[in-house]
Amino acid sequence: MTGTLAAIGAGLAAIGAGLGIGKIGGSAMESIARQPEAASKIQTAMLIAAAFIEAVALFAVVVSLIAK
Amino acid sequence: MSKVVKVIVVFTLLTAFLSIKNNTFAQVDSVNSLPVDTAVAATHEAGAVVNHAEAHEEKEKGFDITSFIFHHISDSHFFTLFGHGEHGVTLHLPIILWTNNGLVTFSSSDFKFNDDGTQVVEKNGQRFAIAHNKIYYANATANEHGAFVSHEVKDGAEIVTNARPIDFSVTKNVFSMLLSVVLLVIVFTTVASSYKKRNGKAPKGLQSFLEPIIIFVRDDIARPNLGHKYAAFMPYLLSVFFFIWLNNILGLVPFFPGGANVTGNIALTIVLAGCTFLIITFKGNKYYWGHILNPPVPWWLKPLMIPVEIFGIFTKPIALAIRLFANITAGHILVMSLLCLIFIFNSLWIAPASIFFAVFIGLIEFLVAFIQAFIFTILSALFIGMAVEEHH
Repeated sequence: MTGTLAAIGAGLAAIGAGLGIGKIGGSAMESIARQPEAASKIQTAMLIAAAFIEAVALFAVVVSLIAK
Repeated sequence: MSKVVKVIVVFTLLTAFLSIKNNTFAQVDSVNSLPVDTAVAATHEAGAVVNHAEAHEEKEKGFDITSFIFHHISDSHFFTLFGHGEHGVTLHLPIILWTNNGLVTFSSSDFKFNDDGTQVVEKNGQRFAIAHNKIYYANATANEHGAFVSHEVKDGAEIVTNARPIDFSVTKNVFSMLLSVVLLVIVFTTVASSYKKRNGKAPKGLQSFLEPIIIFVRDDIARPNLGHKYAAFMPYLLSVFFFIWLNNILGLVPFFPGGANVTGNIALTIVLAGCTFLIITFKGNKYYWGHILNPPVPWWLKPLMIPVEIFGIFTKPIALAIRLFANITAGHILVMSLLCLIFIFNSLWIAPASIFFAVFIGLIEFLVAFIQAFIFTILSALFIGMAVEEHH
């Protein structure tokens, strides 16, 4: 039972991270299209922001692993 | 806002649909199972066949994917080159223990691939047993399962209650880590000496492969975050970057020198993040500490902000450690689960798809190996930069 709940929790975390990273990726694309010369700077900032969001999702994964 | 509502509605409908589908399947199953039961009652022979089929099914379900995957991502005292257990070729790593009677060393081959505490090794008048890759002092007598360790069930999980010696063994992870350290030292001393020898000339060989990466760390990681003080932190950032990157890549190599889950080990990532924490703490200047202990906010916010800022000192390295650990472990679990699909469906036809996805994820992990090394280094640089920044 806890295994199922942990799986649901991991899935919810994946939805959240997907929305967040999708939003970052989308706006990074838009800004690169507006200002192609700033592409490398935008990419770096995008990766850092994505890493922060990903970390939150991974916390959820670790919690799900422990709760297994 | 309406988009969010739409997403929620679609998600709820999808969940409802899936749950209905599950129910119908369950009903079909029960309908199917009914004639089988009557058949069992009718003829003894058919019953035997059904029983046999059931036993067969149980045996297949006996393939426990969770324990299989966790066995592969966890540390081990054996380094299997290929094959399995006694039928394969294994590198037996040394076991080094600090016991009540001092130092004890022996080869892990003495345990004869045992992992459930049924094999006892006697050294220096002390007896040791191994269970789930951990070494314990063995009991004098075996229990009903033949194990020389006592178990206790706690919260549904079995825990071994025996005392443990302090384990300094060269395990799979330690072996892999030492290998990568030796590799890095050889490569970078060679490159450093060729910079001295060929001072002012164009780079050559290994030097021309590493120069762009070192310059990338300097210009894209250190300089933007650390400003003019970047030079003092370059040795640390470069070491961390290349150490994590090499170990990530070695972890993805499925055969002998690689395959250990070094950067997916929480102890190692905590030590790396701890190094960043020490640098931040000892290099932090008065503006950094002033910001934490006396933040520039209205006085009534201070009781709230000061504890938050003090928590912030610790959450940064913890997040660094968990990010690297969870990313690499998740990657390993993903590749293993995709390969396990073949054994879950128990069909040859699933193999091409499974292997295709495993290779695809493997290639993505190759990218993640670089990105995680980059993220760890750039966040270290960012946090150090925040601590050493001059007030303006």
